[in-house]
Amino acid sequence: MNVLVVLIPISLFLGSVGLAAFLWTVKNDQYDDEKGNAARILIDDE
Amino acid sequence: MAAACCGMPVSAGLSETKIQRFSLASIHCAACIKKIENCLNALKNVKSARVNLSMKRLHVTGSVEQDVIIQSLSEIGFDALPLNDTILEKENDKVGNDLLIRMAASGFAMMNIMILSVAVWSGASDETRNMFHLISAIIALPVIVYSSKPFFRNAYNAISVGRLNMDVPISLAIILSTLMSLFETLNDGQSVYFDAAISLTFFLLVGRYLDHKTRRTAKSAAKELTALEVQNTQRLEKGCFINVAVQDLSVGDLLLIPSGERIPVDGYLCDKSALLDRSLITGESNALEIKESSDLHAGEINLGHPLKMQVTTIGEFTSLRRMAALIETAENGRNSYTALADKAAQIYAPLVHLLALLAFIGWFINSGDIRHSINIAIAVLIITCPCALGLAVPAVTTAAISRLFSHGFLVKHATALERIAEVTHIVFDKTGTLTVPCIIVPESWSVKDKSVALALAQASGHPLSRALTKALTGVLPLDIYDLEEIQGEGVQAKLNGEQVKLGRGSWLDANFSGFGLKIGKNPAREIETSEELRNGVLSMLDEIDMPAEIITGDTYHAVKRFKHMVNLPITAQARPEDKIERLSKLLSQGKKTLMIGDGLNDTAALASAHAAIAPSTALEASRNAADIVVLDHDMKNIPLVVRLARATRKISKQNFAIAAIYNAVAIPIALAGFASPLIAALAMSASSITVILNSFRLRTIK
Repeated sequence: MNVLVVLIPISLFLGSVGLAAFLWTVKNDQYDDEKGNAARILIDDE
Repeated sequence: MAAACCGMPVSAGLSETKIQRFSLASIHCAACIKKIENCLNALKNVKSARVNLSMKRLHVTGSVEQDVIIQSLSEIGFDALPLNDTILEKENDKVGNDLLIRMAASGFAMMNIMILSVAVWSGASDETRNMFHLISAIIALPVIVYSSKPFFRNAYNAISVGRLNMDVPISLAIILSTLMSLFETLNDGQSVYFDAAISLTFFLLVGRYLDHKTRRTAKSAAKELTALEVQNTQRLEKGCFINVAVQDLSVGDLLLIPSGERIPVDGYLCDKSALLDRSLITGESNALEIKESSDLHAGEINLGHPLKMQVTTIGEFTSLRRMAALIETAENGRNSYTALADKAAQIYAPLVHLLALLAFIGWFINSGDIRHSINIAIAVLIITCPCALGLAVPAVTTAAISRLFSHGFLVKHATALERIAEVTHIVFDKTGTLTVPCIIVPESWSVKDKSVALALAQASGHPLSRALTKALTGVLPLDIYDLEEIQGEGVQAKLNGEQVKLGRGSWLDANFSGFGLKIGKNPAREIETSEELRNGVLSMLDEIDMPAEIITGDTYHAVKRFKHMVNLPITAQARPEDKIERLSKLLSQGKKTLMIGDGLNDTAALASAHAAIAPSTALEASRNAADIVVLDHDMKNIPLVVRLARATRKISKQNFAIAAIYNAVAIPIALAGFASPLIAALAMSASSITVILNSFRLRTIK
C-alpha cells in the first residue's frame, strides 16, 4: 500500500495539469467559435 | 446638387485602426471562411479579417472603408450587413466563462474523488478507507464552496423573498451531504457522499451552462437585429450633406434620402414629388406617388430619385417607435407563458423537501437513531435531486436553436420553440412575406424592345432599373451611346440616331404616372410593377400539415392576380385591427396561431399571436414582435422550424420521463435505507448521461 503515497499525489498533479490547461483555454476565448474551429482544420495553408 | 459641393459624404468617426463587424448570414463551411478571409486580407488597409462561423459574423480591423468591404464581399458572392458596434455588447461572455470554469473545477474534483471512491467501494477498509475519505474531503470542500456558489446565491435570493425554487433543494442537498460526510469522515464513518455531492454540482453546472448559452444566443440574436438597422443618414450642414447618426437628428433638419433607402424618421417632403414603397407600413404592393409637403413616415422606402425631407418628429415619437413601444406592452402576455421546465420545478421542489422530511421523521420514530435518520434523509435528497431535470430542457433547446441558426433562423425568445410546437393554425401576411416585388415585362414586347430596355436599365442604379435588369435575365443588351441619367426622371440614350428613354411616365410625355419605355417617336409603354412569390414559398405551403390562411392589407385588385398562385383562403384589404380580430376569433375557436408577417400593419398581430415569425427584411417593430427571424431570403424551411419545435417538446418530455423513472426506482431504495454512496452516484450520473444522450437525437430530425 506504500505505493499509494506516490500514486495519489501523481494523480492529483496530473489532474491539476489538465484543469490548468482547460482554464487557460477558457481565458483565451477558445470556446467562442466552436463551429469555426471545427471547419478551420479543413483549410489548407498555402 | 448640394451634395456635390463636398463630393462623397464623409463618414463620421474615422480612425486609423478600427474594428468593424458584419453579419454574414450565408456562410456555412470552411471554404466560405477561406474565401472571405483571403479576399479581405488581400485588400489595402486591412490589418486582419476573421470570420466567426458559430455567430456568422465577420470582424475586420484596419482603416479600410465599410463600402470597400461590402463591395469586395459581394463580388465573391456574400451579402455582408454592417453591424452597429455600440449596440453589440462586448462579445466576451463573462457569465458563461465563469460557469465554464466552475464546471471545470467540479469536473476535476469529481474525477479525482471518483478514483478514490472506486477504491472504497471495492473494499478498502480501516485506515486506508479513512485516508481516502480524508483526501476526498480535502479536494471536495473548497471545490464545492467555489463551484456551487451560483446555486447557493439563487437559493438565497429565492428564500429571502419567501419563495421556493429548484435551487433550494439543490443547495440543501449539497450543503447537508457535505457537512454529514465531513462529520462521518472525522468519526471513522463507513459511507461518505463527497462523490455524490460533487457530481451533483458538476451535472447541474452542465445544465446551467447550456441554459445560459440558449438564453444568451436568444439575447444576442435580438441585439444583432437592432444592430442591423440603418443608423446613418445624410443631413444638410452648411450647404453640404454630411453622414450623421439617426439618433443625433433634431426637428427641422433637412435630410437627403438616396434611392432605395429607408426613411429614418417622420417628416414631410421638400421636393416636387416622390415615389414611395409603403408596403412595410400598409401592405400595399403598388408604389405610391406623393406631392410636395406630403407626410413621410419612418419605414417607407424611397423608390424614386433621391429626395429631400424636413424632419418633424424624432426618436421615441416617430410613428415607428410608437408602434414598437405598443408591441412591448402587448408582449407581456407572452412573457407570462410558463416554460415546461418551470412547470416541472414548481411541482418538484416542494415534493423533494416533503419526501426527505418524511423519510427523516419516519426513520427517527422507528429507530430513534438520529445519525442514521439524517443519513437516510440526505440520501433521499441527493437521489431525488433534479440533475436530469435541470438538463432535460436546456440540452434539447440548445441543440435545436443551434440547428435552426445554421438554417438561417434567429430564435429570439427563450420559450419560442415550446410555443411553436403547440401551434395548430398558421396566418400569413402577403406582401413582403410570401411575395417580393418584381417587374412584369409586357408579353407584347419585341426582342428589340427588351434589349433596349435592358441596355438602359443596366446604366442606372435605381431600384426599379435593377428589378428590370433582373426580370430581363437572358436578354442581350443592344449597343447604345450618349447615355445620360436624368436625376429623378430616368435614363436616356441614342440607338442608331433614335432617342430611347426609360423612366417616369410624365417625363416620357405619357399619361401614366408609373415607369415606362419610349423608343424614338413611338408612344411610351408602361411597365407594370407587380409581385412574385418568394423562393421556397410553394414547397413550404406543400409541407405544412395544418390549416393556413392569408390576411393582407393589399387591394382586392392586387390579390386577384396573386390568388391563382397559392391555394389558400385570402382576406384582402384587412386593416391591422382586422388582423387582430381574426386572430382572436381563431383563439376563441381554441386554435393556437402562428403569425408570419413583416409589415408595420402586422406588428400588432405578430405580438398577439401565440407565436410569430418575421423575415429579416421586416421593420424593427415587427422583428421585435416576432419570436423567430428568418435571415435567409428563402421561406422553404418554415416547416422545419415547426418540426424541430415539436421534436424539441417531445424529447424534453421524454427526458422528464427518463428522470422520473430513475427516481421511481431509486427513491424506494433510499427510503428503505439501502442507498449506499455507490447507488447514489450511479443513479445520478446514469440519469444525467441518458438525458444528454437522448437530447442528441434531435440532430437526426429531418
